[in-house]
Formats: sequence, structure tokens, C-alpha cells
Amino acid sequence: MAVGLKTEERASDDALSLARARAAVSVSDVTRTYAEPSGGSDPVRALAGVSLHAERGELLAIVGPSGCGKTTLLELICGLQAPDAGSVRCAPAALMPQRDLLLPWLSALDNAALALRLGGTRRAQARARAATLFAELGLDGFQQARPHELSGGMRQRVAFVRTLLSGKPLLCLDEPFGALDAITRAEMQGWLARALAREPRTVVLVTHDVEEAVLLADRVAVLSARPGRVTEELTVELPRPRSRTEAAVVALRERALSALGLGDARGSASGERSRKRDT
Amino acid sequence: MRRRAMYALPAVLVAVAALTAWELYVELGAVNPELLPAPHAIAVSLWGNGGLLWTNFKITAEEVVLGLALALASGFVLAVAIHLSPLLRRGIYPHAVGSQAVPIAVISPLLVLWWGFGIFPKLFVIALICFFPVVVTTVDALSAVDPDQLKLLRTLDASRWQALRFAELPAALPAALSGARIALAVGVIGAFIAETTTATTGPYAGLGREIVTDLNSLQTQRAYAAAVVLFAFAIACFYALTLAERRLVPWSTRPRGARP
Repeated sequence: MAVGLKTEERASDDALSLARARAAVSVSDVTRTYAEPSGGSDPVRALAGVSLHAERGELLAIVGPSGCGKTTLLELICGLQAPDAGSVRCAPAALMPQRDLLLPWLSALDNAALALRLGGTRRAQARARAATLFAELGLDGFQQARPHELSGGMRQRVAFVRTLLSGKPLLCLDEPFGALDAITRAEMQGWLARALAREPRTVVLVTHDVEEAVLLADRVAVLSARPGRVTEELTVELPRPRSRTEAAVVALRERALSALGLGDARGSASGERSRKRDT
Repeated sequence: MRRRAMYALPAVLVAVAALTAWELYVELGAVNPELLPAPHAIAVSLWGNGGLLWTNFKITAEEVVLGLALALASGFVLAVAIHLSPLLRRGIYPHAVGSQAVPIAVISPLLVLWWGFGIFPKLFVIALICFFPVVVTTVDALSAVDPDQLKLLRTLDASRWQALRFAELPAALPAALSGARIALAVGVIGAFIAETTTATTGPYAGLGREIVTDLNSLQTQRAYAAAVVLFAFAIACFYALTLAERRLVPWSTRPRGARP
């Protein structure tokens, strides 16, 4: 079995441009600077020379400390912002934001069908398509519920269905499970892996949970603290479904943590859940 | 039913206390009953003049309801226009503010000249007084829509119109209805102003006109009885609108105990 532990070296320029032509996500040497939000004099450098790419059908996870520009990166990929320098070329992308942003005046089903409605699909038809996914994703019986009547995990699933039904080849997930409790999060990770196995897309998954990245991704890019730059890329060549206790997963997790500057000893201090307290 | 009665109890107690104090104040001879009739005298007048008050109430109620409808519709449309166009915001908003300072008596002869003695000048006056709170609350609510929500809609390729329809308008609806409640509170007094400042034919046209006529002929008790009807009407309208709000924006008026 191939042990999925490989740091990608910078390829030669020729090979890189060839890869970009096929890539679903191609971010090269991107810099993004903001004016200080509180009106101070120093501009905030969110990203400094970030390069990333993802092949079609690949799941790329981006991990990094808080405030490293992960959300900025996603907004660049989705075309919501333009880079100050460098280039961003991506397939049409749908964003699943950190907060689910379901519309409180629509039922769960209508929220899930929103992208279809916006694309001009008739209401009945849009609902019917969303309803088939509801059944698959364990949301049956909650079609008419309003978002505030759903649990956090259900809301995220509805938001994911909405993103999926946009029909975009590229899905950008911004810490989709960050606000959930540990048990629900573990369920949702399993559920996302199954959903993507059924309906493959290119996915860029931003997370602060290194373990989540290793469990779900084909590749993990580690971003440094602000200004964000890619400090390491790990390829995860492990068969799915993966278990958080398998040795290779644990090894990759440690590798990513040390790339973040967080050794094993400080793992729990970083907010990473530590299951090995007794060892 | 019992819970609802308990809910209304404080308001009833306040009314009873105020009426008792009022009654004592007049009965003890502190004030001329021609100036301030005692509550029981007003009640007697209310009972005795039921037919007349009812006739005038119907006229005033029609004015208030239609005038408010006009104010809500024009206020909402104007708010959306101001929201969509920065040019309109700069061009119209200051004048909308200024319109609130125009004394109605200045323009009422002109309104009568244009539209005659009928209901239209009165509707215009009520709408002029009431549209403003709707515009302000709605404009603010439209621009307070979560920017992340709009970003999300953009990634789903929503057009400007779709963003308005799916996100901004429903989001602004609760605030627009709050504006409507403020408008309603001033709408009843707006009807009084409309009736007393625009010329009307016939002996009685609405409670406002009746109050002025009664006061001039020292029929103070009946004037107060008419004021009581306006008082009750304003409260009834307010709660009717609150009920409508529950129907229109069920997501923002959740039943107690629901998940936040």
C-alpha cells in the first residue's frame, strides 16, 4: 500500500503551466492586501504569494491558523474578490460559507432548491430535484421546516445541498463543520465523504481542523499565519473511507501539525482534539 | 383564553386607575365639566349618540385604512427605489424628510382645488403624514441585509433583481411592518388633521370634523365620546396589524419557546 506521505516539490515552470491548463483551480503567486478595517494606517496583508492548484475531481484541503487569509483565498477562487497581484483561474465555483446563511423565510426544501430557482428552474421542478437529495441525506420529513427549526448539522446539510445543486463543477467549503459539536462534526465528515463519492466534484475545503483535512482530502495545503503563504503541501494517498485512528492518518496529521508549527505536545493547546491523553 | 385575559390585565388596571382619578378630579369640582366632562358623562354621551358616532366613525375609518394603504404602498416603493438607486437616494431622500415639516393647512386649499371635497384630499394628507416612517425603516432594513448573504447569492449567479426578491425584500419586511405600526399610530391623528384642514360639504364628515364642531358648540361630552372612539380605533388597528405581521413574517415572530 502506498503510504500517503509526500511533500510536493515545486515543479518546473513548463510542467506547472501544463498542469494549470487542466486544473480546476489555479492560483498563482497571489497577493491580497486590505485597508485596515478599523481605520488604522497599516494595511493588512492577508495573502503573500500564494500558489495552489487542484485537478478536476480533486479534494484540496487548506489548513492554517486563524486569520491566515483562508476565507480571502476562497473568495478569490469564487471571484468575489480580485487579487492585487498574481492570477486566479478557476472553474465556476459555488461557495458554502462558514455560516450556513439559509434564508429564514424559506423552508428547508426551498433553501436547498435556491440555486436552481436562481438559475431559472420552475419552483415545482426545483423542489422535486432538491427533494431527491433530501431523502438521500437523511433530511426526509424536514422539507417544510424553517431553518430555525433545524439542528446545526441539518442546516449545514441543507446548505450543502444548495451548494451541490448549483451545478458548479467547483465547490468551495469554508469551514463547513466548524460550528458543530465534535460528535455531529464526525458524522458530517462521514456524510460529506459519501455525498462526494456519489456526486464527484472538485472541492476546496478550508478548515482549521487538521484531522478533518487528512480524513477527507486528496491533498492538504498548509498556510502560514498572516500574511498567508503555502508552507507545505501533503498528498494523502490513502483509500477511503479513512479512520481517524489509522496509523497513516495519525502520521499525516502530525506532519501537518508540525508544518503549522504545532508539535504533538502542543496539539491539544491548539484546539486540536487530543485522543491520546493516556499515552 | 384565560392566559390572554391575564395578558390584558395590566392595561385594564391602568385604564381603571386613570378613569377613577379622572372621575374624582371632576366630581370634586376641581375643573369645570364643560371643559373636562367626567368619564361617566362621556359614557352616557357615547351610548346616546351611538348612531351619529358610528356614521362618522365609518367615514374616518375608511380614510385611515385607505390612507394607510396608500402610505404603505408608496413608502415601500419609494424605499426600494432609494435603495436601488444612489442617485434617487441623494435626489429624493432629503425632500422626503422635508415633506414632514410642511404644515398641512398650507397645502390643503390646493388639494381641494385639485380633487374637490371628496375623500382624495384627505387620503393624500394621511399618506403624506404616514409614509415617512415606512420609508425610513424600510430603507435602513434593505441596506442592513447581511453582506455575506448577498455574496452567497452572487456565487449562485443571482441577478440584482433576484437578490432583491429572494433576500432583501423579505429581510426588510419585518422592519417595513414596524414602520407601518408607527405610521398607523400617527395615521389616526392624521385623519383628524386631514378632516379639519380640508374643506368638506355636509354637516358631519368624520369624527375629526365632528369633534371640532362639538367643541365649538360646547358639546364637550360628545367631542370626548368621539375621541374615545378614535382611541379605541387606533388600538384595534395596531393589534390587527400585529396579527397580520404574524401571518406575513412568521420567521421573525416565532412562538415562545422555539429554538432561537
